[in-house]
Amino acid sequence: MAHVSLAKALQRHADCPPADIEGASLRSVLDGYFARHPAARTYVLDETGAVRKHIAVFVNETLISDRSELSDPISEDDRVYVFQALSGGST
Amino acid sequence: MTTTATTDDFAGDTSIAARTADAWVGTRKGLFPIAIDGSAARVGEPSFLGSPVTNAVRDPRDGSLYASIDHGHFGVHLHRSDDDGATWIEVAAPEYPPKPEGVVDVNAMSQREVVWATQLAWVLEPGHPDRPGQLWCGTIPGGLFRSDDRGQSWELVESLWNMPNRSKWFGGGYDDAGIHSICVDPRHPDHLVVGVSCGGAWSTTDGGSTWQIAAHGMRAGYLPPELAGDPDTQDPHRISRCDAEPDVLWCQHHCGIFRSTDNGGSWDEIEKAGPSTFGFGVAAHPHDPLTAWFVPAISDEVRVPVDGRLVVTRTRDGGASFDVLDNGLPQADAYDLIYRHSLDVDRSGERLLLGSTTGSLWYSADAGDTFSTVSSNLPPVHSVRFA
Repeated sequence: MAHVSLAKALQRHADCPPADIEGASLRSVLDGYFARHPAARTYVLDETGAVRKHIAVFVNETLISDRSELSDPISEDDRVYVFQALSGGST
Repeated sequence: MTTTATTDDFAGDTSIAARTADAWVGTRKGLFPIAIDGSAARVGEPSFLGSPVTNAVRDPRDGSLYASIDHGHFGVHLHRSDDDGATWIEVAAPEYPPKPEGVVDVNAMSQREVVWATQLAWVLEPGHPDRPGQLWCGTIPGGLFRSDDRGQSWELVESLWNMPNRSKWFGGGYDDAGIHSICVDPRHPDHLVVGVSCGGAWSTTDGGSTWQIAAHGMRAGYLPPELAGDPDTQDPHRISRCDAEPDVLWCQHHCGIFRSTDNGGSWDEIEKAGPSTFGFGVAAHPHDPLTAWFVPAISDEVRVPVDGRLVVTRTRDGGASFDVLDNGLPQADAYDLIYRHSLDVDRSGERLLLGSTTGSLWYSADAGDTFSTVSSNLPPVHSVRFA
């Protein structure tokens, strides 16, 4: 199970509590997460399924490498963090 | 890499009141002089009307004015006035060298290629009094530039730009990293501390030949917990030095307020400061190392004053306690944000100016005890500097 948590900034807009999700790739983990919390999906991914430009996704301490296909592998007990990148919002 | 001015007269596009201003306010649509008489301040005729003025500063050594203009479609341009804003000449803008063949330079957060070109000349800072004509310019995407000839030419400080740690930097507000604070040490012309969003703070003691990280103790709540203490990826919104005790630096960071008493060697967090520790601007008292001013907003997620009441917070005891200053500031329905370059204190430590995203400007002649409204109708304010 991967441990998924989303930034506080996202929690203001959609129900997205931390959750433990099965999956061997980031795509499968996020699909599983958004199946439980569908309102959060469009805040993180765009209509093509890619990570939005100003969203940062880490697996443990590492930024993901594939922002469009979400093919980064996920292992048991990995932590998936979805943050609001600091770009895109100085005002 | 050196760039040189190619045009020399912008005066035809700027009809300016020729008088010595007490402060300069850079806005989304022009540069405005501010005249101060006692406790009253008023706005004068603008330069560069219609153009976004990112930053402007008067060099106290020779009286020259410098303005950084972001023309958007037409790029970044710098101008100098030698007659208090009556006329301006265009000087050189910082230009990056060509990216060498084979060099891969990727923004750590966006994973997009960093283009070696000036996106914004974010801050201009006069050099040390012993280096007349020397200027520093902090830019987006993260380069520090030095001019030794009053802006006629600029050279990228390649030691900082080529530092391996830069590969960890990313944008704060903008897509790419940027240098917004350049703190010259009054004790030595070759000693600087610079602040980078998001790349921590860096110090040099040899004029920029070598750099040391100066962000230990800062905390990045926007990264996984294991990375929160990494000094290379901190987001100091603004760093301000106490001129009389230069080892004392104050920082308004994305995640709170920090103070250093060892010239950036380490930082201590100040966890309570009036209604909030989130904000952008900080002004260090020029003489008193225990005094500094901030302008709080609710939080990262909600960048407006707490409860619609605009206040300035002031500490006089090194951050142990804060006065919440609201006399003369709007106390209902105020949604002003004060950008990082839009709070300034003068060399006496008594006069303050702050300008907001909604085009208001406030002045205090008594260190913030009382404020008066200078204008509520300016364009959005990017920078405020006393002359």
